[in-house]
Amino acid sequence: MTKRKAPPDPMELLALYRMMLMVRRSEERLMGLFADGDVPGFIHLGIGQEAVPVGVMSGLGPQDTIASTHRGHGHALAKGLSLEGFFAELLGKDTGLCRGRGGSMHVADMSTGMLGANGIVGAGLSIALGSALAHKTLNRDSISVAFFGDGALAEGLAHECLNMAALLKLPLLFVCENNGWSEFSPTSRQIAFTLEGLSQAYGIPYHSVDGNDVEVVAASVAPLIAGIRQGGGPIVVECHTNRVRGHFEGDAQKYRDADELARLPEADPLRVAGKRLADLGINAAHLEQVAAEVDEAIEAAVSLARQSDLPVFSAAAADVYTVEQVL
Amino acid sequence: MAILSFSRAINKALSDMMDLDPAVILLGEDIANAGGSFGATRGLLDRFGGHRVIDTPISEAAIAGAAVGAAMSGLRPVVEIMFMDFSTLVMDALVNQAAKARFMFGAQCSVPMVLRTPHGGGLNAGPQHSQCLEAWFAHVPGLKVVVPSDAASAYALLRSAIADPDPVIFVENKALYAAKMEVPDDLALSLGRARLARQGKDATVVAYGAAVHWALEAAARLAEKQIDIEVVDLLSVQPWDEEMVLTSLAKTHRLVVAHEAVEAFGVGAEIVARMADIGFDELDGPIVRVGAPFMPVPFARSLEESFRPDADRIVNAVLRTLE
Repeated sequence: MTKRKAPPDPMELLALYRMMLMVRRSEERLMGLFADGDVPGFIHLGIGQEAVPVGVMSGLGPQDTIASTHRGHGHALAKGLSLEGFFAELLGKDTGLCRGRGGSMHVADMSTGMLGANGIVGAGLSIALGSALAHKTLNRDSISVAFFGDGALAEGLAHECLNMAALLKLPLLFVCENNGWSEFSPTSRQIAFTLEGLSQAYGIPYHSVDGNDVEVVAASVAPLIAGIRQGGGPIVVECHTNRVRGHFEGDAQKYRDADELARLPEADPLRVAGKRLADLGINAAHLEQVAAEVDEAIEAAVSLARQSDLPVFSAAAADVYTVEQVL
Repeated sequence: MAILSFSRAINKALSDMMDLDPAVILLGEDIANAGGSFGATRGLLDRFGGHRVIDTPISEAAIAGAAVGAAMSGLRPVVEIMFMDFSTLVMDALVNQAAKARFMFGAQCSVPMVLRTPHGGGLNAGPQHSQCLEAWFAHVPGLKVVVPSDAASAYALLRSAIADPDPVIFVENKALYAAKMEVPDDLALSLGRARLARQGKDATVVAYGAAVHWALEAAARLAEKQIDIEVVDLLSVQPWDEEMVLTSLAKTHRLVVAHEAVEAFGVGAEIVARMADIGFDELDGPIVRVGAPFMPVPFARSLEESFRPDADRIVNAVLRTLE
């Protein structure tokens, strides 16, 4: 499915472009902060993949839930997490959305239905499965989305979740962000099947989408989300996209072919959307203005995060579990 | 008040909580149509319907992972894992997801799920259907672990576990399922609190699950020798009632810890280590552990009988600490 919506609405596309740029510039800012030692731990960047979270999220509302991956910054921001809470979390501050206890790999915001990035490959599928079960059991008009990479297809849990979602006919959209890489290995050497064939085996409708074109992603998922919302059961969408950076920040990607890397800029989702916007009459000055606004918002969030307090150890210790409820 | 078996008490607790709260649902293999491998969920499908009593495929990892996602999205799922040995298949969902969510998301949410599972031998079920693995879960910050010792405590504690905001591993000893007793409707037990199963003055035996019954049997035998032991029924393994154990130790000055699980690196080791620290001045004898030997649970009747701890071993342990 590679159809665009016709006629296109330049303002709608511009909003998607703006969000993709927000994700891109945030991650670029994180690269610098990480290099300077201001962001501890590991970060996994989704540069090149922004069209998928932004396109999918354009079809969701705040009542819908998502489960994300270790490469989850785009999912988080596109689902509506505050930039301030996001940056404060990644900088390990008490004002972070998770009070500095989760960081990049566990950033979450229950108030926006973002059930968490996840440090375990494939685990988000089961979280999204359960969330879909809750929506169905409690008769909510909500759906749940499982974001996962192609590498997760080698996890047994992914297969269990596809099977169970089909059996229980859950309101669940499976979104595979296929960037061709399973950490440091090409996925072609990791899985012996196709997601299309696998979906067919589980009796789940499958759609292949150009994951570098946000307009295509948004237009493709909108009717699928509507169908799931009406009780049609789970659907698989495979978005073909590119991971520009390494598996984690600091990975020099010596295992990747120079030709492959050289082809990436052409498919850059911002470039694709930018060209489209130009065709629709949005001029370069307008896009520069958008970029300036995005950068300003990011700088304000980073600056606030830097000034924020560090987390308090005793408060963390008090949240391991609830202390006895005396009956 | 009714006379109920352990498994009927579980059934009643599930049913009462489902009546009380529409967010309580049951998930597991063969729990709906078949009523559960040990009959604990019998009749609940008819009563509450297939949308709340859900037969799942044999996919333990997905069942437990789904329970985490469901619990984060407004349900209170109660999962049944057919044998505790199969809990190896749910480890990621419990250890990396359920246990961490409250903490790592900055207390934005909790994971109010219960995972019920039977442990223990005595059925000659062999190495993969008999293990007591509760120590694994007790070692993970964020999980609570409960092991009732009879129908009444099972009824009260399961209701508390379902009402609790955190993930609870609820362990049922297979050898106790058929045992009947009076179960008061209004019995309320808090997670983390032990109960004094027998008062005594000469030594304290701390036990949980089936081992409580062995300890009481040992107490009866020791009474014939004019040795009067106190038995603390732990009920919760994580968190555990340090205060009650210490109070009892301060009274008897001798301590034995008994459980069916393998002794090495077990729950008993933790209790002993704590008491050797905070209770050191109270001790008048060595602390003795009773647990299974360091080997897989064997199949043959003769082998399993030798493997499982019993009242005799507790009697011997008490005599040792009194030497």
